[in-house]
Parts: sequence; structure tokens; C-alpha cells
Amino acid sequence: MKAESTRTAAAALALSLSLALVACDRAPDLDQTGPRPALPGQSETLVPPMKIARPSGWNGAMPTVPRGFSITPIATGLKVPRQMLVLPNGDILVAEGLGGNAPKLRPKDVIAGYIKSLGKSGTKGGNRVTLLRDANRDGKVELKSVLIDGLDAPYGLAYVDGALYVANQGELLRFPYREGTTRIDTPGTVVTRLPAQPNHHWTKSLVASADGSRLYVGIGSNSNVGERGMAVEEDRAVVWEIEPGNGAHRTYASGIRNPTALAINPANQQVWAVANERDELGAQLVPDYLTSVRPGAFYGWPYSYWGAHADPRVHPQKPEMVRKAIAPDYALGSHVAALGLSFVTGGGFGGAYADGAFVGEHGSWNRQELAGYKVVWIPFTNGRPAGKPQDFVTGFIGEDGKARGRPVGVTYDPVGRALLVADDLSNTIWRIAPDTARARSR
Amino acid sequence: MPAAHSSALHPLNALLLAFPVALFPGALLCDVTYLNSAEMQWSNFAAWLITGALVVAAPVLLWAIVATLRGRGSAVYAVTLAVMWVAGLVNAFQHSHDGWSSVGTTGLVLSIVSSVLALAAGWMGYSAREKLA
Repeated sequence: MKAESTRTAAAALALSLSLALVACDRAPDLDQTGPRPALPGQSETLVPPMKIARPSGWNGAMPTVPRGFSITPIATGLKVPRQMLVLPNGDILVAEGLGGNAPKLRPKDVIAGYIKSLGKSGTKGGNRVTLLRDANRDGKVELKSVLIDGLDAPYGLAYVDGALYVANQGELLRFPYREGTTRIDTPGTVVTRLPAQPNHHWTKSLVASADGSRLYVGIGSNSNVGERGMAVEEDRAVVWEIEPGNGAHRTYASGIRNPTALAINPANQQVWAVANERDELGAQLVPDYLTSVRPGAFYGWPYSYWGAHADPRVHPQKPEMVRKAIAPDYALGSHVAALGLSFVTGGGFGGAYADGAFVGEHGSWNRQELAGYKVVWIPFTNGRPAGKPQDFVTGFIGEDGKARGRPVGVTYDPVGRALLVADDLSNTIWRIAPDTARARSR
Repeated sequence: MPAAHSSALHPLNALLLAFPVALFPGALLCDVTYLNSAEMQWSNFAAWLITGALVVAAPVLLWAIVATLRGRGSAVYAVTLAVMWVAGLVNAFQHSHDGWSSVGTTGLVLSIVSSVLALAAGWMGYSAREKLA
């Protein structure tokens, strides 16, 4: 009798251990890209599935690019490069930083924080903007200079008529810029404060309207799906429209969970964004997306996703908000963690790359099969996506399953006719250019 | 143990047992408050109470299992603790979900189960006259 009960106790213990370990869901092949992604039912597993690609470094290897293109690292040893900007004279600016100061509220935050740290480089953010100059456009940087120092997790960059705008994690700054300068020591003017507490999603993406009269700042949510309470979500998961002159702002669009990159569509001057959607509803929910940001639109977060798909985790639920929610334009796939967006201008690379946008997919840890870890090309026609995403830069995951790099910001450089990719794991800026262009420049 | 030791539990064991007895019902009260208020902090409180109960209950459970294996403890007591602990572990994972899913019906039921079993184990532990663990 006693031995019997002991076995029961042992079996109960074994069950608890296996419960902790079994929660992995393999993702079947589902098409989750394009305007109408397949959206499976929600599945909340006891333990959310996750897989960390441990960093390994490139060790002389290079990312893979399509035939007819070459890739070179133009800057290494940076301190967490995130977003870039090409100035009118062709100088390349790189924002380096790592922000966020959200407190750990529950045991999960402590454990998840540790797990996520395994997939990062461990480099401390530079809190600066670095300038790279390649005056003869041969793909080799002759001059590398810290343009602005002492920033606070800078991310978004924009340039308008002699003014350089930098979006720190807590404010939008303006610096006077003279063509050719390599160092700015004057302190920035605060255009406006940006919502900064507690900055669960800290990145502040930034773009200037085509005529330079307005700035747009993407402000991410303070939680996955409201689990830090809705009080901290005031002015979060929104895109602000800001008047550069007086700093006045209005909410341009809302319910857009984490708009990590903004760009102006050259075909119609609309604001477009890539945004990261919510986790822990399954390996195939919810697709991250690329969308035009419609003024006044509500994109669902946190009450619903992809239009009217209500999220049961939000209480009190708000059916009237779910009814208001619109679906974004174009799905990029679940958990790809899109962090970069850049349209080509002036005919781009020509051929199949004449009209469209590049999207940098950082890759994420919350599903078993790695998603993202690449840069994709999305062809456009008449200002709208016209076709499936195509791999453009790959090879960020090595054959050993370890991450050599992780793409973040992508910037089409119309001056040097190249694509720039910031890699915040190997702390590198990659430059991808057509072979013909390089041959011509020689 | 010397005969003068009249308690069924070693004093250290008794001290450790007091934690799940207090913390699991505390977590249950927090869960009920969360479900009534949708105020996330109550769910966070519950998550920490459950974690604390699990950490301190682990040696209590081991103590009971070892005693039972040596034929000196009560198997009913050990099984009560084991089921309490497993329900608590599943509940800790449940409480790691976001928003309403951190508690919901599943979390509430698991909190009730681990609370009732913690109280039962406490009753057995503190009332027994023969060696329990």
C-alpha cells in the first residue's frame, strides 16, 4: 500500500516535469503572407513554445544575396546599430542604442528576460549616431565618425532642410545640420516629449512627410496584450503626427501594436509602416504586417487582430472597438519581427527591383521553427503590394542553427544605389549593390 | 529522533509547511480579486505567491517522499503534497499567460485545488501524533 502510493507520488512528479517540457507546437505550412493570410484558431499552450538561436558570429562568412548582387560589410564594431538614414550628400547615419526600462512584474518577466538575453550579442547600446562616408561610392567607407553622442536609445532618424531629427526613446530631438559635417556638438532641441514610461516596446520609429511639413513617430505598446494594465497604454500603440515647428502632435492612427519602422511610399506619399503583432496565441498567430497607415484608423490592438478577430485575453473586452478595427494591408508572416522598411526610389535596382520595398525581419524567439532572420523584397505596382515577399538577403542562420546576425533597419540608398542593412547581432552595416553598378563605378 | 520529540514533524519541516498553507490560499484570494476587478496587479501577486509556495513546498514534498520511501512516513500525506505541488506548478505556468488567460477558469480551479490540498496537508502535518515525515 505504501509503495503503491509512493509510485503515485513519483508519477505525479514526472507528469509535472513533462508538462513543463512538452509544450512545443510544430508549425504546419500555412501561407501567412500577402493581403489575406491564413489565420488558424488560437492555441494558448501551457508553456509558450520558444527557440533561441544562439549567436555565433560570421567568422568570415557573408549573407547570401541574389545573383547579380554583391554584399560587403561597410562598418563593423558598432554598438547595436538599429536604423539608418542616407543624407542628401550620400553620408550614411546609423542610430545605435538599446532602450527600455520596463520593470519585471512577475516571475515570467524574469525568466523570459533571461531566455531572450541568450539570443542577443550582449553589446551595450552606443547611444549615439555614427556617420559613415563613402564619397566615391565604391562600397568602402573612408570616414567613420561619431556625429552625435550622449543620446538615449536613439532609433528613428529623419532629415528635413538643414535639420536632423533623432527619436530617442523618450523625446524627439532636432539638431542643426550643415552639409558635410562629421560632428555635431550642439545639444539637440526637444521638439516634443514622447511617451516613455515604462517603454516595454521602446523603439521610436520616425519618418518625415514628403514635403517635410510633418513628422511621424511610431510608438509601440507597453505590453504584449495589455498585461501591464491599460493605464500604461495611454498614447501607446499609435502613430503620432507632429508639427516640427512647435512640436504639436495628434494621433494619426491607433491600435497598431508596435510600428517599428515607418516610410513614405514614393508612389503616393502615403505613410507606410511595418508592425509587430502579438504573441502567445500560437506559432501562427498573429502575422506581423506591412500597411499603409490610414489617418484616423484603428488597427485593433489590443482588443482584436487582423480586423475583427477578438483577443480573449483582454478584459474588459470592447466589442465596439473590435467592430471599429480595420485589417492591415499585407501580412509578412507570424513572429518574423519586422523591424526595417524602405521603399526604393528612382527605379531602384531596375528589372524586378524597380518598384517595391525591402523589409528587414529580425527573427523572433517565440516559436519552435525560426521565422524571419532575413531581408525580403515586396514588389509594388501603383503604390500597392503586387506579389509575394521574395528573399533578398538570407544566411543569417548558419547551418549549425546558430544566428550569425540579425537584420534590423533596411535603407535604400538612392545616392549610392545600394541597399543598406543594419545587423544588431554582429554589429555590422551590410551594403548590397548590383554587380553592374560596382563595375561602372570602377 | 529522541523520544522527547513529541511533534510528528521536525520543527524545520513544520516551518516550511506553513508557507504553502498560507501562500496557496493567498494566491486564490488574489485570483478571485483579479477575476472581479480585471486589475492585472492581482494576477501578478498571485503569480508570485504561487512561485513562493512552490519553492518552499519543494523541500517539504521531498522530505515526505523520502520518509515514505524509508517506510516511516505517511503516503497519504506525501501524495497530498505531491498533487498540491503539481497543481501549483501547472498554475504557475497558467499565470504566466497574458491578461485574462493568466487566471480564467483554469487558473481559478487550480488555485482552489492547491489551496484545499495545502490546507489538508497542513491539517495532517500539525495534527498527527505519529511520525509523518
